[in-house]
Amino acid sequence: MIEVQHVSKKYGPFTAVDDVSFRAESGEILGFLGPNGAGKTTTMRIITGYMPATEGKATVAGYDIFEHPLEAKRRTGYLPETPPLYPDMTVREYLRFVAKIKSVAGNVNDRVDAVMKKTWVADMANRHCAKLSKGYRQRVGLAQALIHEPEVLVLDEPTAGLDPKQIIETRQLIRDLAGTHTIVLSTHILPEVAQTCQKVVIINKGKIVAIDSPDALTERLRGAVTLFVQAQGPADDMQRALQNIAGVVRVNPADVRGDVSSFDVDTETGADVRREVAAAIVRGGWGLLELRPMRMSLEDIFLSLTTEEIESEDLAAEAVVVDHTDGGQANA
Amino acid sequence: MRNITAIAQRELNAYFASPIGYVLIGFFALLFGHFFYVSLWFFERQSMQMGMNPTQSLNMNQMLIGPALMNTTVIMLFLFPLVTMRTYSEEKRSGTIELLLTSPITDIQIILGKFFGAMTLYAAMLAVTLIHIGLLFVYGTPEWKPIVTAYLGLLLMGGSFLSLGLFISSLTKNQIVAAMATFAAFLMLWVISWMSSMFGPTASAVLQYLSIVEHFDDFAKGVIDTKHVIYYVSFMALGLFLTVKSVDSERWRG
Repeated sequence: MIEVQHVSKKYGPFTAVDDVSFRAESGEILGFLGPNGAGKTTTMRIITGYMPATEGKATVAGYDIFEHPLEAKRRTGYLPETPPLYPDMTVREYLRFVAKIKSVAGNVNDRVDAVMKKTWVADMANRHCAKLSKGYRQRVGLAQALIHEPEVLVLDEPTAGLDPKQIIETRQLIRDLAGTHTIVLSTHILPEVAQTCQKVVIINKGKIVAIDSPDALTERLRGAVTLFVQAQGPADDMQRALQNIAGVVRVNPADVRGDVSSFDVDTETGADVRREVAAAIVRGGWGLLELRPMRMSLEDIFLSLTTEEIESEDLAAEAVVVDHTDGGQANA
Repeated sequence: MRNITAIAQRELNAYFASPIGYVLIGFFALLFGHFFYVSLWFFERQSMQMGMNPTQSLNMNQMLIGPALMNTTVIMLFLFPLVTMRTYSEEKRSGTIELLLTSPITDIQIILGKFFGAMTLYAAMLAVTLIHIGLLFVYGTPEWKPIVTAYLGLLLMGGSFLSLGLFISSLTKNQIVAAMATFAAFLMLWVISWMSSMFGPTASAVLQYLSIVEHFDDFAKGVIDTKHVIYYVSFMALGLFLTVKSVDSERWRG
């Protein structure tokens, strides 16, 4: 169980984390979403006792991290953004060392073997950490976090740098661990949250923007669909023609290059107007070059959030709609 | 205790997994060998002169072993910054400090582990000199007691240097900066007594007392004076205390 209450972290005049509160129940996976520099890592460092908070209080597995750091740390496994490996040690030596300083009881060798098997690094047991690929480093980092069988796992971008197969395996591993562990993981990949987490905390500029279940969040993003349309012809005429299609909410010109124009077409929820759009372009005698539904990435949402200074939760929902234009520009 | 040993072992591992440990011990052996050879040569020549006048005989401890061991402080001055520069700087640079600070161990355990790791490396360096001293026992009859006190003095003085180096390493991410600052600090502590003649008797006594090397003289003569032991032990305690504070303040500043 993790409970964070009104935690703030200030560096001089700069506030990295501003009055953050959330709670992860036992056996739950909580996803921490946000752009880089949002305060995800700082919050995680506070939970793990790497640094104290300026204000507020964090409780891990029933122990206040500031009042009883050793008790709390004994029950926490932490994978930092860069896996904290010693390049001069082999994977086995390294894990044995971590097992010792994490005060693993019983047979250290057995524990190291078990955890290496669990994180698929056993084949690299005698290789030096310096010579590991990024994927292996990440998994040795995960092994390090699991070695003392902690109640709470804090994982800072656990799938960063892994190949697709490893990402799937790691997510599966995290899901398997969930029943017995409380897990907080950070990421900026939306599908990752949807697939692994039961609760999502969205953080931006040190403040919590939303706490929600991933289903609700995905629903919010799917609320309206935007089409990306690129066609050859007079921009004004084309825009007017697109605007007249039933089900189209708004047409935003994204880019004009010579006689080739791009538009982002916002549509009503549930309306599929692709056929009508194609027909309208052809009817005008223009050339349809590209037509596709736009994919929303969470990073796009945050781009718009950070540029428009929208902070309240209600406005965040609107920002999703506004964001389609930004996303379109980024794609075009 | 288990934590301290684990950290100390890891430190030693790091010294000997890289060329650092071997290079340091190698150069220490080379330089000490040179100093020893020179001292021996002088001692030999003086013995020959004294041989003409048999009423006096030369003391091997005072004339040979003392000066030779005294010279190791010069080697320390140059080599120790290289021993301590990576202790904290490297952990900060590579991010492994995050592992240490989020593990269920106290800052003091981490620091003591690192200190004992460095001390073990230093003891390994000193062990090299035992070969030379051993040879003297084969060909002469030096007294063993002053030799033991001299080694005790060397360990205490080395420990003081190392604790200061540890502190300086905890202040920076950059190993070169750590090494240079440590070297400068060592040199200041070394030469501080040279200035004593510039000031009045009180200031002079204070400066003499501060000099880290002055306190070794008695040890080399075979005297264990609590005054000097207290100086070295409190110096080490201060160095380690400052390291604890530096690591702690680093946490708050992030």
